[in-house]
Amino acid sequence: MSASTKAATPWWLSGPALLLFAALLLVPLALTAVLSFNVYDPATGPKAGEFTLEHYAHVFTDSYYHGIFWRTFWISGLVTLICVLVGAPEAYVLSRMRNPWRSVLLLVVLAPLLVSVVVRAFGWSMLLGPEGAVNGLLRLVGIGPVKMLYTEIAVIVALVHVMLPFMVIPVWTSLQKLDAGVENAALSLRASPFTTLRRIVLPQVMPGILSGSLIVFGLAASSFAIPGLLGGRRLKMVATVVYDEYLHELNWPLGAAVALVLLAANLIVMLSYNRLVEGRYKKALG
Amino acid sequence: MTKNGPLALAFNALVITFMLAPLVVVCIVAFTPENTLTIPTTHFSLRWFEAAFAHPDFMQSFWNSLWLALASATIATLIAVPAGMAITRYAFPGRDFLNGLFLSPLIIPHLVLGVALLRLFALVGGTGSFGWLVMAHALIVTPYTLRLVVAALVGFDRSAEQAALSLGASQVTMFRRITLPMILPGVTGGWLLAFINSFDEVTMSIFVTSPSTVTLPVRMYMYATESIDPLMAAVSALMVAVTAIAMVVLDRVYGLDRVLVGRR
Repeated sequence: MSASTKAATPWWLSGPALLLFAALLLVPLALTAVLSFNVYDPATGPKAGEFTLEHYAHVFTDSYYHGIFWRTFWISGLVTLICVLVGAPEAYVLSRMRNPWRSVLLLVVLAPLLVSVVVRAFGWSMLLGPEGAVNGLLRLVGIGPVKMLYTEIAVIVALVHVMLPFMVIPVWTSLQKLDAGVENAALSLRASPFTTLRRIVLPQVMPGILSGSLIVFGLAASSFAIPGLLGGRRLKMVATVVYDEYLHELNWPLGAAVALVLLAANLIVMLSYNRLVEGRYKKALG
Repeated sequence: MTKNGPLALAFNALVITFMLAPLVVVCIVAFTPENTLTIPTTHFSLRWFEAAFAHPDFMQSFWNSLWLALASATIATLIAVPAGMAITRYAFPGRDFLNGLFLSPLIIPHLVLGVALLRLFALVGGTGSFGWLVMAHALIVTPYTLRLVVAALVGFDRSAEQAALSLGASQVTMFRRITLPMILPGVTGGWLLAFINSFDEVTMSIFVTSPSTVTLPVRMYMYATESIDPLMAAVSALMVAVTAIAMVVLDRVYGLDRVLVGRR
């Protein structure tokens, strides 16, 4: 085998995958980027040869889109915070259990990940509806029926349910690397359990919490089915607005612009966060 | 190891309840004999399952989703195995780029992929074509197969391969008789994970399906935005059942905990 054919081998091996990703990922993304600059005529649709910045100007100046983006980002931020506050302790509690409970309950927490998000949204719409189980419980403690369905509450609750596994997984993984001896040493040196948790456990699972937050925030900000089914017609998030632009308003260039702004915002958040985290931990690890 | 206190166990019980509640309620309501979404207390009935199986749109979508998931998972596996070998066994310029590219559908929102593919399909006349839809699904499930194939290849002892080659086996024979059997759990695990993810996908599919290729999750999404009745619960329960079967098989061939949280 000559040197040049040997150098080509990995490209032959990944050729089919590369072909698929070029044709169905790189080309369509480029086409969409071009489309977002095309002039849109309500009578005839997008005009291929004419370009404008109008759609981006629209997205950045129209208060309607400001409202949508702001709502999407605060809901995603709050969902991320709740996932940290629930997912990290849950992973810790699970990691301190004994088998078989430990593996069974871990699967119970993680397995809903594999069930379609439409099914889970439907489940929450039943639980949170005016006659649902949650309102039934609230009535028992004397709080009148609370309107949750088609409000931010339903969207946030269901998003936490969908995202929680994405927080538990990285925290669990970093907990597995934790040396129980260090924890025991702290306790035997008379650190209180709380101090041990704060000074020993927390710093070591911090990378897991941070990478979990990143995934949760990104997925929540671009979530479609949950706000679509539980937010109703008025409570729009970025993804549902893009869907409307495409399939109801038929203004593809504007929809493409909104989608690409979302993609860019997501990538910026992820990359800057990544850099921040990496910088901190490189320093901490020397 | 220290034990969990009562407070920690109560917290754990609450989280578990929270995670299971929507799935349990869906599966119970599916058995209601009533016309409304009520939890059956005295009587259980299969009437809504019968209604689901008699519903031509849902049945068509079910078969669409099933064939789509089978075909796209198979294509994803066929391209991920050689790509995984290229990434794990060769050092070449562009390796990190390829690895990042092949995993990128995990990071790029499915909404953006849906929008982008809709544009492509409109230009090439692929709207409504099942073949293009299969390719689109193969794209989004390839990262799942690739990850498990790479994981299998990384912990691979190559001495058996070298022995086969030194005994005169061809590259093809070596791959078929030595390499493939050794990475088979990763390959089948990846195929199943790809199957589940294709079967459940809704956000991208809603942009690129047409009335004849609507998948089951998309059909359910559209149905639920218009009306909510126990038929939806029955279809949801069936969906949970299909996913659960695939999960049990996945657990047998690869180990569910390994798929979900990586190596133990």
